[in-house]
Amino acid sequence: MPSITKPIVPLLDLPRNAVGLTVRDYEGTMSTLCAGCGHDSITASLVQALWELDLQPHMIAKLSGIGCSSKTTAYFAGTAHGFNSVHGRMAAIATGAAAANRDLLYVGVSGDGDSLSIGLGQLMHAMRRNVRLMYIIENNGVYGLTKGQFSASADVGALLKGGQKNLYAPIDPVQVGLAIGATFLARSFSGDKQQLVPVLKAAAMHRGFALVDVLSPCVTFNDHEGSTKSYRYMREHEVQATEADFIPHRTAVTASIPVDGVQTVAMHDGSELHFRNVPADYDPTDRVSVMHYLQERRDAGEVVTGILYVDEDAPNLHELGNTTETPLVKVPYEALCPGSRALAAVQRQWT
Amino acid sequence: MGHRDFMQPTDVKDPRYFHRVIDCQWACPAHTNVPEYIRLIAQGRYADAYMVNRESNVFPGILGRTCDRPCEPACRRQRVDGTPVAICRLKRAAADSREDISERLPRPVDYRIGRHIACVGAGPASLTVANDLLPLGYDVVIFEKQDRPGGLMRTNIPAFRLPASVLDEEIGYIVDMGAEMRYGTTVTDIDALLNSEFDAVFVGSGAPRGKDLNLPGRNDAAAEEHIHIGIDWLEAIAFGHTASIGERVLIIGVGNTAMDCCRSARRLGGRDIKIMARRPRGFFKASPWELDDAEEEGVDIVVNHAPTRFVIEDGQLAGMEFQKLRWDEDARNATVLGTVVIPCDDVILAIGQENAFPWISRDLGIEFGEWDMPVVDEVSFESTRPGVFFGGDAAFGPKNIIWAVEHGHQAAISIHNFCQGLPLDDRPPVGMNLFSQKMGLTEWSYHNDYNPAPRQRMQHVDLRQRFRRLDVEVEEGFTEEQTEFEAQRCLNCDVQTVFDAPLCIECDACIDVCPVKCLTITENAGEAELRRRLTVPAANPEQALFVSAPLPQTRRVMVKDENICVHCGLCAERCPTAAWDMQKAEVLIPYPVKMLPMVAVTATPR
Repeated sequence: MPSITKPIVPLLDLPRNAVGLTVRDYEGTMSTLCAGCGHDSITASLVQALWELDLQPHMIAKLSGIGCSSKTTAYFAGTAHGFNSVHGRMAAIATGAAAANRDLLYVGVSGDGDSLSIGLGQLMHAMRRNVRLMYIIENNGVYGLTKGQFSASADVGALLKGGQKNLYAPIDPVQVGLAIGATFLARSFSGDKQQLVPVLKAAAMHRGFALVDVLSPCVTFNDHEGSTKSYRYMREHEVQATEADFIPHRTAVTASIPVDGVQTVAMHDGSELHFRNVPADYDPTDRVSVMHYLQERRDAGEVVTGILYVDEDAPNLHELGNTTETPLVKVPYEALCPGSRALAAVQRQWT
Repeated sequence: MGHRDFMQPTDVKDPRYFHRVIDCQWACPAHTNVPEYIRLIAQGRYADAYMVNRESNVFPGILGRTCDRPCEPACRRQRVDGTPVAICRLKRAAADSREDISERLPRPVDYRIGRHIACVGAGPASLTVANDLLPLGYDVVIFEKQDRPGGLMRTNIPAFRLPASVLDEEIGYIVDMGAEMRYGTTVTDIDALLNSEFDAVFVGSGAPRGKDLNLPGRNDAAAEEHIHIGIDWLEAIAFGHTASIGERVLIIGVGNTAMDCCRSARRLGGRDIKIMARRPRGFFKASPWELDDAEEEGVDIVVNHAPTRFVIEDGQLAGMEFQKLRWDEDARNATVLGTVVIPCDDVILAIGQENAFPWISRDLGIEFGEWDMPVVDEVSFESTRPGVFFGGDAAFGPKNIIWAVEHGHQAAISIHNFCQGLPLDDRPPVGMNLFSQKMGLTEWSYHNDYNPAPRQRMQHVDLRQRFRRLDVEVEEGFTEEQTEFEAQRCLNCDVQTVFDAPLCIECDACIDVCPVKCLTITENAGEAELRRRLTVPAANPEQALFVSAPLPQTRRVMVKDENICVHCGLCAERCPTAAWDMQKAEVLIPYPVKMLPMVAVTATPR
């Protein structure tokens, strides 16, 4: 843990965003994770993305479960709302919160243990319901908090620090999402902010569930020779399937056929996603071809990154569940809780 | 910058790189190790702090009151919160609060190397030469026309700013090392000195002539005794020859001497004192704090008035006539708006000083150049006659005490070389030690937290109290508490971020944690391009960029903008591989005493 809190330096001339804040206003408390943890870089990327999106911190809700990853919600947007749930249950809490108040931006931060072992069912149902939630998996392939056992995302043949080999096939959250109909699927690497920041911005502006699987090396237990989730392994095996630019607040343009190597996907608020340098046979809106491509590249030993699949047309939780447009917190108490007489009237309908 | 499209890795083993990062030490002519002594003050080790000072600036107590402070505008804290650390005041705190240091001063040595050095004038330059050469066994004789040492430090700096006791004590340290003082002796013939026992002569006689203002009425016999040359008038006060002045006083000029003149006049009976400036504020030569101190004492500063004549009425000085001016924006061209007569009883001229060497005959091989100044080498301080050296104001015209001290150090090295028959350009190099400050995983041997304390204000003696006697020191010095706060404002710029590229795994932890965003990992490029490309573009070209060797995984480079780094060490704390470390850069400034031959070290001290 750092010996001091990051000082505020008065004359540091940082630019301000449209809501008058500097990037440092989106920071939280000091990280207590190990020095060099990939999660801290994801936190820094989130700080940058939220600042660039001109979001008001009090319009953000941060949610997490248990694990190293789940501590990180304390380290950004210190003045935002937050809920640290039980292990693997963050998706359920987020679903409830979103149903009650659709005005907030929900940022869920989880890890490969929290999401792919104990919380896998939660994660799949949140994807199924298309909850408007940015769901980040800080994926390092080990249980860091319990001293580095393999997690469900560890690759076959990967070695632990002590030399033990993993024998079980990994769960790939992106493939899981493709299989059950998730509407925004991306993968990135904590060591590549140039890619990660625009990915996070697009995920935050997606109209439904946005899964961002971020390879985030565990510098203490999984950054050695034989690891498939180390800084060096990622730099040697990462392949960017798509390079995406997030273009905020433009008039809607319908998804177009690639022109000059650029494919554009319109987002619900009028922003656009521009895909550049996409392989000729890659269409980030075609679920089946994306599944095929990812499987093929994985077999070739590559880690494919980028915004891999987007569907901006699928209905989300609010449309499917007909949730309240007025956040419950703004509904007058009398309307929200009309009393026992109103309850009795409702119950009489079924008697 | 050339056409290279990438920057070479920075060589941090070159002492100049980290020396520049220590802004105060770099800006100080004598390269005083400021952060080191401020840390010692923070630990309450005043005597140690004093000795660190003394090594480079020789007169910590004097300079702690009078220095022109080139270090302070350079101080990083200026760029961080807008006000520099009160370095000068802390120096005084160390001097005032120090314990007995007599045991730690250089002692007189009992051996003689048989070399004799004559110093002309007992000011800071000559005294420094003596300070540096006496421990090596030189015989140093200082010739001084007054009956006391100190030069302009004594004659031109009023006692209410610099008490005589402080002067006497610090000069005494050098005299006690065995300098032979010949007071009341005016040197008239350098040739005679060189032809007697002296191997070398150092001229540290200052810039002793105040400029006159030859306007109509100046030479009127009746006015003569009421028109004073500033530095002569201050000298007369210092030696007790002048004890009063008229009630209405005009000071012509707006440099630091003018400030000393007006404040002295205030103590000798002046009631209505005006400083007459030709140009507007912002173009004054005086240090801002000296202007403040003068105005606090009720002195008027009248701008845009150019003197035209002395007004003599009924055989007496009645006032001065001025042109009222209006200046253009950068105060280069003025239009005359009219004339005005300002009545006064006395006029003090403080419009600058000149060198004067009437006592050096021009046929000795000592060449004189422009402005009748001796031709002096800027590195060795030797004149065109071998064995004759100049330093202080005598070398390049009026500067200030700290420059005179540095000239003395450099001249002493030259004299030492000269006496050994070594070439003068064979000068000992500046060295550097780098030591890690790591004490634990996230523990450092320096206080790395940023303290937001504001610059402490110096307390001044109450106005009525201070005018009672001429020598009531106005500045009271920092209280213990103020000293403590002020010392914590220092950013420890000598504790450097040292980067070892082969260890870096490019995890970005340092970049993410840096409170001032001064780190970037990027593709190498030319300097201009790199400066633009940083996380926060490097806008201050005065401050260096550090560029690492290519990083192992991606061949990109780590770039650091030194400009606003607060040396908090967070980058090193968050680095998983210790590629960053906080290391104290101790810049090793050479002095003759460090060139001491081994044989002398083994000799028994007296």
